[in-house]
Amino acid sequence: MSELAQERASSRLRGPVARDAIPAAPRPGDTLSTGPGDMLSTGRGDMLSTGPGDMLSTGIVPARPGNALTPDARLRGGAVRHRLLRAGLHNASFLVGLLILIAVVGIALTAGWVFPGDPQDMVGTPTLWPGQDPQFLLGTDSLGRDVASGLAHGARVSLLVGVSAAAIGLVIGTLIGAVAGYFGGWVDTALVRLTELFQTVPTFLLVIVIVAIGQPSAAVIVLAIGVAAWPTVARLVRAQYRSLREAEFIAAARSLGYSAPRIIFREILPNAMAPIIVTASVMVANAILTEAGLSFLNMGDPNLISWGSMIGDGRPLLRTAWFLCALPGGAIALTVLALNLVGDGLNDVLNPRSGLV
Amino acid sequence: MAPVLDVRDLAVGFPSQIVVHGVSFHIDPGETLALVGESGCGKSVTAFALMRLLPTTARILRGEVWFDGTNLVSASPPVMRGLRGRRIALIQQEPLTSLNPVLTVGAQIAEVIRRHEKLPHAAARRRVGELLDMVGIPEPQRRAEEFPHNFSGGMRQRVMIAMAVACHPLLIIADEPTTALDVTIQAQVLDLLDGLRRQFGMAVLLITHDLGVVAQWADRAAVMYAGRIVEQAPVRPFFRQPRHPYARGLLGASVNEPEGQSGSADSWHYTTRRLNEISGSVASAAGEPGCPFAPRCPEMIPACRAAPPRLEPVGDGLVACFRAAETEVPHVAAVG
Repeated sequence: MSELAQERASSRLRGPVARDAIPAAPRPGDTLSTGPGDMLSTGRGDMLSTGPGDMLSTGIVPARPGNALTPDARLRGGAVRHRLLRAGLHNASFLVGLLILIAVVGIALTAGWVFPGDPQDMVGTPTLWPGQDPQFLLGTDSLGRDVASGLAHGARVSLLVGVSAAAIGLVIGTLIGAVAGYFGGWVDTALVRLTELFQTVPTFLLVIVIVAIGQPSAAVIVLAIGVAAWPTVARLVRAQYRSLREAEFIAAARSLGYSAPRIIFREILPNAMAPIIVTASVMVANAILTEAGLSFLNMGDPNLISWGSMIGDGRPLLRTAWFLCALPGGAIALTVLALNLVGDGLNDVLNPRSGLV
Repeated sequence: MAPVLDVRDLAVGFPSQIVVHGVSFHIDPGETLALVGESGCGKSVTAFALMRLLPTTARILRGEVWFDGTNLVSASPPVMRGLRGRRIALIQQEPLTSLNPVLTVGAQIAEVIRRHEKLPHAAARRRVGELLDMVGIPEPQRRAEEFPHNFSGGMRQRVMIAMAVACHPLLIIADEPTTALDVTIQAQVLDLLDGLRRQFGMAVLLITHDLGVVAQWADRAAVMYAGRIVEQAPVRPFFRQPRHPYARGLLGASVNEPEGQSGSADSWHYTTRRLNEISGSVASAAGEPGCPFAPRCPEMIPACRAAPPRLEPVGDGLVACFRAAETEVPHVAAVG
């Protein structure tokens, strides 16, 4: 084809196109799609925002001719992240949860500097009450171990176990759910039966059995909690994939010659991310609780101090030194609460059906 | 010249019924064939069968689809994946839902290119810019970073076209590409598709129910009714003299210049003439042993109910009607 013809063709095209280039105002159809991009553009941040800058970025201002389009569009990329942040900041419970979580993570990270040495060391007089000795701000337990040091180091163990167990559960659950939901048929039937098999056994019981068979080391505990937790994710992801695989853009992806793994991971997974992220925060909370329960029953890693084991150790002295149970118990409750608040907040921001869109 | 696509006796069935009964047609290189028919006549199923993208419950019952030396009906899944997107591209009805909502437009186009041509990242990005420019999207490099919801319907369909032509396919299947768009944008999009077809020498299978689209953008038309092609002819003779009673019915049912009044455009714009309709419904074709159109046909003869007529050459095209020959030059005797 000659260059002339090409030039003519494209110049003919440009004329009428200009009108088309005006960015579309949000239309009803947009809210039907489930992508985070769409949700964010009409998310809570928009409704609460009042500044002129916001209006520009959401396209509420009617399109102005010419160069007015450029800054508008340039704002969009950053505006998505910006809006997510603002939507979170306007949600009080999300903010509180996030702050508590950041504090707990900060304590866990700095535990090595603030409380050097092994938290299991007997460093003081046993059962000192909080405030009794300025050296041990939160007192000591029945063996003379520093409670404050135990709490800080326990935060490490709790968070590490919680996050890694949730990660294992997420990976297994997402893989199984994605394969079952995408392929359907007998693959789906087999995997759903497997999921149900795991779900019939109470999570905590399953973890105890696995830890009892293996050794009570941190790695085995993490694996056990992860293996017990995946069915929830698998069911959720399967449902997502079952609906998304019928989407027209998936038909389009097939018509472009994409293989099944590519469609599963690159086309569908980003669309299914929102509920997975929300579930992840709750899974971390559940994993922390399960680990605490295990440690309380003396089935935790004996070489590590964790909040659960601190409660277990303090239990015999519940009447005389109740703070030995109350302090780590409060830490667990606060952390789990924070994770749930963050999960709820994420749900409000990311879930298209939360009514905020 | 060997046709790009040669479909021979293709039949597609769902568990409960057969929806495409032995369809045969071919498309020559660089040609636009319009597959016309009302909703549910099997147009889209035929298109999806060609690409082997039928829903899991549907089966290709018989027939061959020859494309570029390969029989698509028996090709292995990896061979099909290699052809889809590279040699045959599909443009779907709904540009709104055909793009992945969470990936940028540029990433989606680049993925097609990198899937089929092992291009490095930077080269693929450059190609994305060129493609978006080619389909008439202003500021292509910047727009490539945006998400589908930032685009209007017409722009999205342009993006779909850019994805379809990204690897210079031999054949583009456009399944009612403009149904979701308004008429002015429809003209722009079809002009664009037609321009690219000429530029790259692609063939287009244009599936539509809009006779206006057929008249303006197609070279040949194939009319489907109840899963069969009832008439196939070059566009000019087809519109001048449709041979099949169903095709005549379709053309009669469109708003046109009233017969006998050759006035200005206004005279038929304001006409109060009642539109002709084809009596009965397409459901009457179910279980019909003869011609599927026979229950609704004004020119039905007893032979029509006995066996379905075959596509026979009449005039410039092919017609499946026992009485088609009668519409030919009057002095030829009718042959049953």
